[in-house]
Amino acid sequence: MNAPTGIGARVKRKEDQRFLTGTGRYVDDLPLARATYAHFLRSPHAHAKIKSIDTTAAKAMPGVVAIFTGKDIADAKVGGLICGWVVKDKHGQPHKAPPHPVMAVDTVRYVGDTVAMVVANSHDEAKDAAEAIKVDYEEKPANVDLAKALDKGAAEVHAAEAPGNLIYDWEIGVKADVDAAFAKAAHVTKLDIVNNRLIPNAMEPRAAAAEYDKGTGNYTLWSTSQNPHVLRLILSAFVLGIPEHKLRVVAPDVGGGFGSKIFCYNEETMVTWAASRVGRPIKWTAERSESFQTDAHGRDHVTHAELALDKDGKFLALKVETIANMGAYLSTFSTAVPTYLYATLLAGQYTTPLIYANVKAALTHTAPVDAYRGAGRPEATFVVETIVSKAAKELKMDPAELRRKNFIPSDAFPYQTPVALQYDSGNYPPIIDEAIKIADYKGFEARRAEAKSRGKLRGIGFSSYIEACGLAPSQVIGQLGGGVGQWESAQLKFNPTGNVQILTGSHSHGQGHETTFAQLVSDKLGVPMENIEVVHGDTATTPFGMGTYGSRSLAVGGSAIMKAADKVIAKGKKIAAHLMEASVADVVFENGTFKVAGTDKAVPLGQAVFAAYVPHNYPLAEIEPGMDENAFYDPANFVYPAGTQICEVEIDPDTGVVEVISHTAVDDFGNIINPMIVEGQVHGGIVQGVGQALLENAVYDKETGQLISGSYMDYTMPRASDVPSFKLGYKVTPCPHNPLGVKGCGEAGAIAAPAAVMNAVHDALAPLGVSHVPMPATPLNVWQAINGASK
Amino acid sequence: MYDFHYHRPKTLADAVGLLKGKDEARPMSGGMTLIPTLKQRLAKPSDVVDLGGIKELAGIKVEGNNVVIGGMTRHADVASSADVKGAIPALAYLAGHIGDPQVRNRGTIGGSIANNDPAADYPGAVVALNATVTTNTGKHTADSFFKGLFETALSDGELVTSVSFPKAEKAAYMKFPNPASRYAMVGVFVAKTAGGVRVAVTGAGPCVFRVKAMEDALAKNFSSDAIKDIKVPADGLNSDIHASAEYRAHLVNVMARRAVDAANK
Repeated sequence: MNAPTGIGARVKRKEDQRFLTGTGRYVDDLPLARATYAHFLRSPHAHAKIKSIDTTAAKAMPGVVAIFTGKDIADAKVGGLICGWVVKDKHGQPHKAPPHPVMAVDTVRYVGDTVAMVVANSHDEAKDAAEAIKVDYEEKPANVDLAKALDKGAAEVHAAEAPGNLIYDWEIGVKADVDAAFAKAAHVTKLDIVNNRLIPNAMEPRAAAAEYDKGTGNYTLWSTSQNPHVLRLILSAFVLGIPEHKLRVVAPDVGGGFGSKIFCYNEETMVTWAASRVGRPIKWTAERSESFQTDAHGRDHVTHAELALDKDGKFLALKVETIANMGAYLSTFSTAVPTYLYATLLAGQYTTPLIYANVKAALTHTAPVDAYRGAGRPEATFVVETIVSKAAKELKMDPAELRRKNFIPSDAFPYQTPVALQYDSGNYPPIIDEAIKIADYKGFEARRAEAKSRGKLRGIGFSSYIEACGLAPSQVIGQLGGGVGQWESAQLKFNPTGNVQILTGSHSHGQGHETTFAQLVSDKLGVPMENIEVVHGDTATTPFGMGTYGSRSLAVGGSAIMKAADKVIAKGKKIAAHLMEASVADVVFENGTFKVAGTDKAVPLGQAVFAAYVPHNYPLAEIEPGMDENAFYDPANFVYPAGTQICEVEIDPDTGVVEVISHTAVDDFGNIINPMIVEGQVHGGIVQGVGQALLENAVYDKETGQLISGSYMDYTMPRASDVPSFKLGYKVTPCPHNPLGVKGCGEAGAIAAPAAVMNAVHDALAPLGVSHVPMPATPLNVWQAINGASK
Repeated sequence: MYDFHYHRPKTLADAVGLLKGKDEARPMSGGMTLIPTLKQRLAKPSDVVDLGGIKELAGIKVEGNNVVIGGMTRHADVASSADVKGAIPALAYLAGHIGDPQVRNRGTIGGSIANNDPAADYPGAVVALNATVTTNTGKHTADSFFKGLFETALSDGELVTSVSFPKAEKAAYMKFPNPASRYAMVGVFVAKTAGGVRVAVTGAGPCVFRVKAMEDALAKNFSSDAIKDIKVPADGLNSDIHASAEYRAHLVNVMARRAVDAANK
């Protein structure tokens, strides 16, 4: 018997065969005849005026085809890159929108800013020529320290368009109400934290290749994009002006994105623009150091938060002030991340009745900052879950008990939070109970004592996260300033012999859609897995769709597939009714076969499909031939996965080294299609969260703005040996508003883990009197915290 | 990388001949530092003389009371050598913890000590065991070989042919790896040989150095307690985003005590 392949089965990933045997096709693998190679000359300075650029010598170098500078692009009237989300500040004014030129014209604003593009017959020749370009810079003071970016006297990144480096001063909630609640509080817990800046580090660096067909005037761009249709829309409508029907964007196999490949970047824009000028295809692949310098970074908040509690430990109000780093230019969705994806999550799993958040977005002379796995929600969870654990410590309460006391009751859903979101479903107490059981919380004190006998400090930390994902109801997004719809598309294209292509507007760059989506259709329509192909990533073949980010692909894209499948069944019923000479109302569809209830009449789906393509015996008067159904699905609400993670660490007080001993995650992702893939997503997410908590840190020199952690020599990526085998569990409350009852699992691990780990670190160090360790809790930071406490 | 002339001589004499008179020629042993440097265009040698084809430079021999390791012997071969494990297990341990498997299968002892990266592991062993470095032109004592940051006693065209390590009565290496690169942020090699006790520290300063106060204390009493209060001054130690000078100074003491404990096991 074949292994099960339906919903809930642990089907091995179809795509892994090619990935693991080196037969995937990535952008850099494309064989393009007569290709040229691009190299970008980048700014070595964080802030400088470009006094002159002399490309004369460089243009005469061997193999050079063309050199373009910012001036060339400006002269050609190429538009700047856009920020696609208009956030209105607390006075109702739209955010400041400084220009984001595709290449710097007269000023460079971060180390890595694009100064010139060299196109040559080989990559080496392009690099050689780039070295021969003479740029005369006048260095200027750089503003790199986020905490001081909005201070008077800080060097301005865009003085004219964003005075004082302020992009917006935004708020949610009523401050006076919150202040009144604080005045009556029995206890106030205060917290000052920095959410450390991260560099995405997808395994495949960003890459772009473009070709221009002179005969038709058509452009093709191959790009490492998470959302090729959106990239095409931006390039067409705002930047290059190439109409959408003359621009094809293909995102073939893509090796990881984590958000960093959502955005429209300089390099792919330049490669496309230059392809028609050069008259030959152009290829570009980032070197790893370019990825470090120029991929949009993540997180980077400085936050002060206060939680007011009554004498019984009930949360009365939460007040949060955050400065969010935007970098030197506003990346595609940068403005939304620290507002609508952050402050709206500050209720967490709790009934906190009053919340006020003030977010100031600041420019600095650093790489742009935008969405990175979790995007705003990890930052929110870190604030909420850290302050809750800190409050528990201060009140000498059990951290699980304090959480339980404040959980939204199971019968209170749908639940309207004070920060705009309405949680559709959830049931939090059984999740924490299960996590406590799996983690053997009861046995912790004995383990702590045993660790102490070995000279180790053991600590335990909780993190009960909520996330709003499955982006998103289009009209809500529109009201909040988002510039795009957030539905997803699907097309089920049957071939005459009964096999089927699922065309999706979402994009897989590691998530396993080729398997999960095939499972949906196999389960629903009874088509064997091997007869299903998932097609994604090509604007020429797939319907317009929004791509993959925000844990949306299954909840939104999968729902679109289900809608299309319903249309297939509805049409198939009419065909089958005709073939069986029955009434449509009497036809049922079961296990891939149309039947007339109470009879032995049956028409397999394949037979109905064949009849649709060879309509000799077919109700042509009533229905069209063919079996090719489209659907667009716009969700009614976000989906709200939730869960609790429990981390246990041991710290070596002599060295400050933190070891994660055990990590438990219990999640409610709604219904689960492929548990193996979900586990993989949770594992990867936790590792990224542990990475943020203990290892990863993007560090710019505060004076010079040089990226110090610009390679793997200094940027600490998590390794397999840094984490234990994770303990996972699930609780299921199906999403009530999508046809699959699914939520989202892609970001949860990364959202919850940093707080769980840091709470464990603080718990371990509490006996030494340590109250604060900065994230990441590197050996140095832990040792300094211990040392500071003991002095 | 920039273009260069590549040579792969079969004998030491040919290698020396190829390097002679060429100011911009560079010898290459395992290439674990040179290749990344070339790829980042941080070096522009006219010629690269690959020593990998010189059979006489690789291999491990026991000669009397010494273990003699050829300059082109790879870390993986030192780590797995029964001779090294038998005579100086701490040296095999050190070699087995350099970099990652790829580095250990390419990198060599001669290349490592000739480069004298402040965060390299081998200098700690060479100094603590008071090894002798033999080159095509002569011999260097351990103490005279390492001169400073990326600086050694080697003159132009002088190649490390072998390193001779005296057997140790007790020895251990404790490394605190840089969390990102896994180079030694602080590595302490403690050895008790016929010549006495030595404590050599790598990673913490611009160049490997000895801690005389610990050596004296351990000569009297080879136990971790004997050095627990001996602090190394932070002045002059390396400081970066991973470790301040003060933290490195602290780690020297911790790693030294752990090395002594390990050596006593």
